[in-house]
Formats: sequence, structure tokens, C-alpha cells
Amino acid sequence: MIFFDNISKIYNHTSSSVALKNVTLKIQPKEFVSIVGSSGAGKTTLLKLLLREEEPTKGKIFLDGLEVTSVKKDDLHHVRRRIGTVFQDYKLLSTKTAYENVAFAMEAAGRSDETIEEDVPQVLEIVGLADKKDNFPHQLSGGEKQRVAIARALVNRPNVILADEPTGNLDPVSTWEIIKLFQKINEFGTTILFASHNKDVVDAIEKRVVVFDKGEIVSDKEKGKYDV
Amino acid sequence: MSKLSVFKRILKSGYLSFRRNDWLSMATIMIMTIALFIMGNMIFLGAFASTVLNGFESKIDVSVYFKQEATEDDIATIIKDVKSLPDVAEIRYVTKEDALARFKDLHKDNALILTALDEIGDNPLQASMNIRAQDPTKYGSISEFLRNKKYPMLDKINYFENQEVINRFGSILATVRGTGALALVILAFITILVTFNTIRLAIYTMREEVGIMRLVGASAWFVRGPFLVAGVLYGLIAAVAVMAVFFPITWAASPKLAILVPQFNLFAYFLNNFFLLLGVMSAVGILLGVFSSFIAIRKYLKV
Repeated sequence: MIFFDNISKIYNHTSSSVALKNVTLKIQPKEFVSIVGSSGAGKTTLLKLLLREEEPTKGKIFLDGLEVTSVKKDDLHHVRRRIGTVFQDYKLLSTKTAYENVAFAMEAAGRSDETIEEDVPQVLEIVGLADKKDNFPHQLSGGEKQRVAIARALVNRPNVILADEPTGNLDPVSTWEIIKLFQKINEFGTTILFASHNKDVVDAIEKRVVVFDKGEIVSDKEKGKYDV
Repeated sequence: MSKLSVFKRILKSGYLSFRRNDWLSMATIMIMTIALFIMGNMIFLGAFASTVLNGFESKIDVSVYFKQEATEDDIATIIKDVKSLPDVAEIRYVTKEDALARFKDLHKDNALILTALDEIGDNPLQASMNIRAQDPTKYGSISEFLRNKKYPMLDKINYFENQEVINRFGSILATVRGTGALALVILAFITILVTFNTIRLAIYTMREEVGIMRLVGASAWFVRGPFLVAGVLYGLIAAVAVMAVFFPITWAASPKLAILVPQFNLFAYFLNNFFLLLGVMSAVGILLGVFSSFIAIRKYLKV
């Protein structure tokens, strides 16, 4: 359902900072794919390109048959609503509560107030933050912020969830809770694209692992291990 | 979702954002208040100057003197003709007797002149007609009209003696008005610039949030809307604040100004035009707030 077709991304043409080079990657529905590699290997860039936070220098990206790379800038928000994203730095709206942050994703998608009132508490329950729904981001710990971000990514029931180092800033206990959450979400049928450089996490998931090095795919194994 | 519901959502979001960023909102409103205050002062100055200038302008007039032999009928005919001219605003007829009374009153402390008058016996003064035009530049044409008519009973038209003074006065008035208009334009420009940059700064501090909202799938208008609502609120509150500030200021300054120019009552002007002024301030504040927000946010929407 996601197809990266010979993608290249060069950041600075004069000093040739190559982030991705000729990357071709196919991801099937309901897969749980871990993208691993050392820092600078291209993991985050790949996810940014799917969201079109950046533009590829070369190549095309397809999501469910739609060519994401050719969508007009003004229409991008429609594509982004179909993808739930969890960012490494949470990217929560600081002037909104946990509830409002999650609700915002639904408001932006034009869902009715009734639906929002039903779904948001539910999804906050799933991530275990029902009692902190009125807290602002600065009143939440790193792990809690990440869980709000996950709730936000989930609430529009997307088919795909992108997670960029979602446990990067978390302690071991929170990390495992988050991973269990992702696994549960994947069991319900959501495709997950998971970028990480946490060896233990990736090994424990025991699903497909795609290894990046200096912008290229060096290995792609079905029941992979973190082998950089 | 209906357009109305989306609109309500945006209104609520804008209001909440405005309330929660209270420090930022306060700072922005304060600066807009100052900017509108400057604009308000320009308006008052304009009204003040207008009164002063019109006052001067109304003092310009042309006097026409009738010969001693002129009868009431002769004079009435001339007055009627002059009254029919479209450029004439007002005519005052001073009879020989009025002229004499005034003269006596003017020189009542001068025994020599009074005695001389008695010596002459008859009234040596002439009847006269005081003409005021709608526009000081028209005195020339009015006077030409009278001269060309060659009324036998018309003795002197004092325009031609005062011509140069009158013309120079007219051009001074035009220059002052022109300079005033230019000053108003420059200050309006400064007001706009200051307000725009203040709001631009406010939106700059929210740039990350704007980007996040776009990444999460919000359309440009859904992100932009609340900021425009905040812009309206800034403008409206600043307008009300300015009017509140002007209340005591005009009340206190009014008597002081009246010493200079008695015809102009600042406080009365403020009260009489209160709703108009409030309307103008609100309109300017809101327009500035909305346009500034709209333009300032464009860069950050491009995520």
C-alpha cells in the first residue's frame, strides 16, 4: 500500500549531502515494518517524504495507489489525514490540553462534535491517559506526551501510522509500554512504519526489518534483527 | 460538516487561542492601541486645524462701497444681483447710519476726530456691502463681475486693493491643508507598519504550532481562521481601549485648547462624534488586525 519508487533526496546540491539514494521499498497492508540505521542513515527523511514535509529530489511515492508526490500543496492535508504520525519530538500544540490536541486531529478532518466526544475519550483510554485529558503538554512527562501523540495519530483511524523514533526520549518502562501499544494497534490491522535506532526494541518486535546505511537499503528481512 | 459548524469551530478556537496566549495578546493589543491613539490624534488635529483654517478663511471678505448719492433702490438692485451669484455665501449690508455709528464708537476716545465729524455736519461715510464667498479663490471673479457691470452707484471695490493679500492667504491655506494631508498619510502608514509588524511577531512565535497543525492534516483555512479571529479581537479591543483613553484626555485638554482657539471644543467634538470615531477606530483596527494576520501567517502555512 506504500510504495517508494526509486526515491532520492539530496539536501544541498553543492556539498552533496545525500540523505537517500535510489530507495525502492514496498510495504503491504497490515505490515509492521521497522526502519533501522544509525543517525543520518535516512530513516526520518523517508518518513518526511511520505508526509511531504520534504520533497524528493527524484522518484515517486504512492499511498494506496495515489501518487503522493504529485498531489498539489494545497491538497496535501487530505493525504496527511490518512496517515497518523508520531514524531520524535511529539509535536503537540502547547496551548491545547491533551484532550484538545487529540480532538484537533478530528476537527481538522471535519468530524462532528458528537463523534469527537465519543472517540477522543476512548482513544485516550487506550493509551492510558484518560485521567490527564485536561493537562497541557508542559504538565505531562515525556512518555505521557508521546502517548498523547499516539492517541492523536490513532483517532482518525488511519490505515497507516508512521512513528519516528517514538521511544527515543523515553525511559525503558515507558518504551515497552509504547511498543506494546503499537503492536496492539498493528494487530487491529493498521500498517505501521516504525523508525528506530533502539536495537532491543526492534529485535523484540520480530517483524520485518529494513536496514538503511548512508541513504541506501542494505538489508530487508521478514523476521529481521537490528543488524547495522 | 456544515460550513457554519466549521466557522463556529474556528471562532471558538480563535477566541480560546486569544485568551490562552494572554501575555502575547496583551502586548499586541497595547501596541495597536498606541497606533490607533496616534491615528486618533491626527483626526482631532485635523478637526482642530480645519476649524482654525475655516475661521481665518471666513475673515476674508470683500467690501463694496456705494456712492453718497445712491438711493435705497439702487443699493437694493445691486445687492439682489450679487446675491444671485452662486459663489456668494453671505452679504452684509451696512447703511450709512450704521457706518457712522460704528466709526463714532471706534474712535470714541479720540476727541479730535469726533469734533471734526461734527464740523463736517453731514454723514461723510458711505454705505457698504460686505461680501463673503464660498471659496476664497472666487473673490476675483465676483469682483470682476461687479466691475464689469459698471454700476454708476458703485464707488469702490476693495478687492483690487487687497488682491495680493487675499491670494497669498488662499495659497497659504491650501499649502497648510496639503501638508496636513501628507502628514496624515505618513502617520497612517506608520500606524499600519507598526501594527503589521507587531502581529507578524505574534504569529512568528506560533510558527511551530502552525506547522504542526498542517502536518496533522488541517487545511490552510482551518489553521488560518483562528488567527484571523484573534486579529479581529485585537483590533476591536484596541479600538475600545483607545476610545476609553481619549475620554479623560479630551476632557482635560479641551479647556486648554479653548484658550488658544475658542471656537474649537475638543471634548464636545469627541462626544458628538463618539460613535463615528468608535466605528472608524474599530474598522481600522479590525482591518489591520485581519490583514496583518493573513499576510503574516502565509509563510508558515507552507509546510
